[in-house]
Amino acid sequence: MTTAHDAPEHSGFRLSQLIYDTRYRSLTIQVVVFFLVMAFVGWLVDNTIQNLNALGKDFNFGFLWQRAGYDIGNALIPYNNDMTHGRAMLVGLVNTLWISFLGCVAATILGVVVGVLRLSKNWLVARMMTIYVEVFRNIPLLLWILVAIALLTEVAPSPNAYKINPETGEAKLSMVFESIAFTNRYTAIPSIHFDRSLGVIDTAFMPISLNVLAIAVVLGLCFWINKRLLAHAGRVQEATGKRPTTWWKSALILVVPTLALLIALGFNPDEPVLKGFNFTGGTNVSNSFVALWAGLSLYTAAFIAEIVRAGILAISKGQTEAAYALGLRPNRTMNLVILPQALRVIIPPLISQYLNLTKNSSLAIAVGYLELRGTLGGITLNQTGRELEAITLMMLLYLAISLTISGVMNVYNNRVKLKER
Amino acid sequence: MSDTHAESVAYVRDTMLKPQPAPAGESGAIRWLRENLFSGWLNTLLTVLGVLTIYFFVSHFASWFLHGVWKADSLAECRKIITAEYGQGATGACWAVIRDRWHQFIFGFYQRELYWRPVLTFLLLFVAVGPVLFQWVPKKLIWFTPIYPFLAVWLLWGGSVWGPILVAVGFVLAWIVFSLVGRYGSIAGFSAGAIVAILFWMFGVSPLAGILHAAIPLGIEPVESAKFGGFLLAITLGAGGIVMSLPLGVVLALGRQSDMFLIKTFSVVFIEFIRGVPLITLLFVASLLLNYFLPPGTNFDIILRVMILVTMFSAAYIAEVVRGGLAALPRGQYEAADALGLDYWKAQRLIILPQALKISIPGIVSTFIGMFKDTTLVAFVGLFDPLKGIPDFIRADFAWKGIYWEPFVFVGAIFFILNFAMSRYSMHLENRLQRDHR
Repeated sequence: MTTAHDAPEHSGFRLSQLIYDTRYRSLTIQVVVFFLVMAFVGWLVDNTIQNLNALGKDFNFGFLWQRAGYDIGNALIPYNNDMTHGRAMLVGLVNTLWISFLGCVAATILGVVVGVLRLSKNWLVARMMTIYVEVFRNIPLLLWILVAIALLTEVAPSPNAYKINPETGEAKLSMVFESIAFTNRYTAIPSIHFDRSLGVIDTAFMPISLNVLAIAVVLGLCFWINKRLLAHAGRVQEATGKRPTTWWKSALILVVPTLALLIALGFNPDEPVLKGFNFTGGTNVSNSFVALWAGLSLYTAAFIAEIVRAGILAISKGQTEAAYALGLRPNRTMNLVILPQALRVIIPPLISQYLNLTKNSSLAIAVGYLELRGTLGGITLNQTGRELEAITLMMLLYLAISLTISGVMNVYNNRVKLKER
Repeated sequence: MSDTHAESVAYVRDTMLKPQPAPAGESGAIRWLRENLFSGWLNTLLTVLGVLTIYFFVSHFASWFLHGVWKADSLAECRKIITAEYGQGATGACWAVIRDRWHQFIFGFYQRELYWRPVLTFLLLFVAVGPVLFQWVPKKLIWFTPIYPFLAVWLLWGGSVWGPILVAVGFVLAWIVFSLVGRYGSIAGFSAGAIVAILFWMFGVSPLAGILHAAIPLGIEPVESAKFGGFLLAITLGAGGIVMSLPLGVVLALGRQSDMFLIKTFSVVFIEFIRGVPLITLLFVASLLLNYFLPPGTNFDIILRVMILVTMFSAAYIAEVVRGGLAALPRGQYEAADALGLDYWKAQRLIILPQALKISIPGIVSTFIGMFKDTTLVAFVGLFDPLKGIPDFIRADFAWKGIYWEPFVFVGAIFFILNFAMSRYSMHLENRLQRDHR
């Protein structure tokens, strides 16, 4: 190899190099694949154009600005049937996000509790949690949603059952915690009520109550001040070796301003009361929402429980023992040693469970809760007959939601993950 | 010592004490109870809560199960029998609906005299996957595995035997062309094989099948897709989807790991798009949009359409599982393959994929469990799945109007048994495959 040799006769570029020379081969393959894919896409588009022509349809989203003409029972933002299909789509989108958010919160709480209890030394409870996890994981989500809706519509009593009999002074059924009533039409829960209102900002999207805004701002400020306080305590500890007592200051900062604001605004829960044949006062949540929420949360919680259990088990016993050897108490061991490490294992699969829950919220079709699929992909699609546009838009919206969730959670994951030097 | 001070010691024991049994609180059932159920106030509280929960469930549902009626012709008759036997207001399960309609839950509307075909297909499935999944099955049986898909399609849908055979011949042709042209490079061989097979399927199969069927009419009674339902439909969709999505998923996973920018981009876009949307929207694409995307006049079977989309769906998930397997392989394996001078495809085929796929089997099994559960969603495009389609159909009959819980329990139990068995198998596999790659 080291001997000098004559220069190759063909020093120029030969066509066969495109295939045999590794410098060019990948380029060749990519160009070929690109053309094949483009040809395939072109074929699909061409077919679609021909089919649309044959049906006398076109591809435009003008229907989004036409009058919708249907009602949505659970609209979270102002809506009536005179508004456009686009507005109905937004209502559906907000509903999807809302049910997904509530589902994620409930599933996380339940999942963490079940996952920890499954590791408990209590034989009975650990077995029961195992049964819960296995039963819910191995049976389709659709069944749980259907069971929940059947329970609510078939087994739950009519609102009348909560009526107090004037002779005995007792009702056939009493409300859960005196404030929640399950009936075969809706679930009555208390709502939040303010005696004094600061006013409402009317945006085109939704009206924003200044009360809620004020509470949010005050809470945010409190947390920020508390964070500064803790940081200061940390600095004092660094400098002097003694940590100043902070718990009562924290409690004061976190609780007092918010409480004062709530009292000033005249905050009180509005309990549902049976008047005539229906509950008034509180909020009547439709059964379809409750069933979907319960089904999604119970099902996803089983998966989250397994993730939490795996995360805790992944931390070796030596970590706990080392923390004890350093003299840390059990709860500080948990907070400072175990949880930060377990979280790192837990978060990536947790993200994908949140994504699954969000996508599964499209099973609202089984209970008739109108979220994105029910409005844009359901009634709007049927009324306007624009399958292509409606389904494409719906898929893109779901894709956007998924990518946003995974993006946000990945940012969080990057913050907690092991910083290697 | 003792003899010098004998008189100063009042009593000296000269025999050993007999071993005493441990105190009652430290042995047997009581100790177990104390350690496992009542070891602290929190544990005691949990135990009490647990017992209360169990009591709640048992007191509410035990009588319902125990009062079950198996022989009746309608829900009303069931209720009459229960009232007559257990008194006014007693509740009980009406299992008679299962006895009356079990065949619809399992087979949908498949002809009753042809039930042997799906049953045989299902049993043969174990013969086909046995050599892959179980160690004790003779490895020689593997020749049956590639034949099985064609046999299964023929047995389930019936009709002439020549269609499935000719489709299989297409694969054989592709393989022959691949081995002939493959010596000039695996890419050339692969493309040539694929082109020959596609051309054969597009232009060769239907005329040849017609000719062969006219010459030798071998066939069984055809069954149209509309008759599929219940668990037959769920298992057909699930198994068909997973079989077709495996190769696609592997290709996508390799594409995602590829150094080539465009290939990687296409793979990532496909995988992330499919994983980002709910299956239900893809099913709507199958039922409403696929007709737009195909040449005018094409109109094919809804089951096939659903299966194409289900395949794409699970391919994206399998691609991620296989990617995990590929990433889990130590770098040295890739380098060793390079050092041996293997080209990309040879390295993948002989060294990388066998190991990566082995690591991914548990993940693939759980993808399959997920997909099997998701097949129930086909109810929303008008197919008769066992969870909603079939029970809704049965409830439409006046005799069984308003029956909810018995179908839920029955179908749920079958899903549980099948999925639990699969997940246990996957755990067993994980233990078996734990050979360390250090």
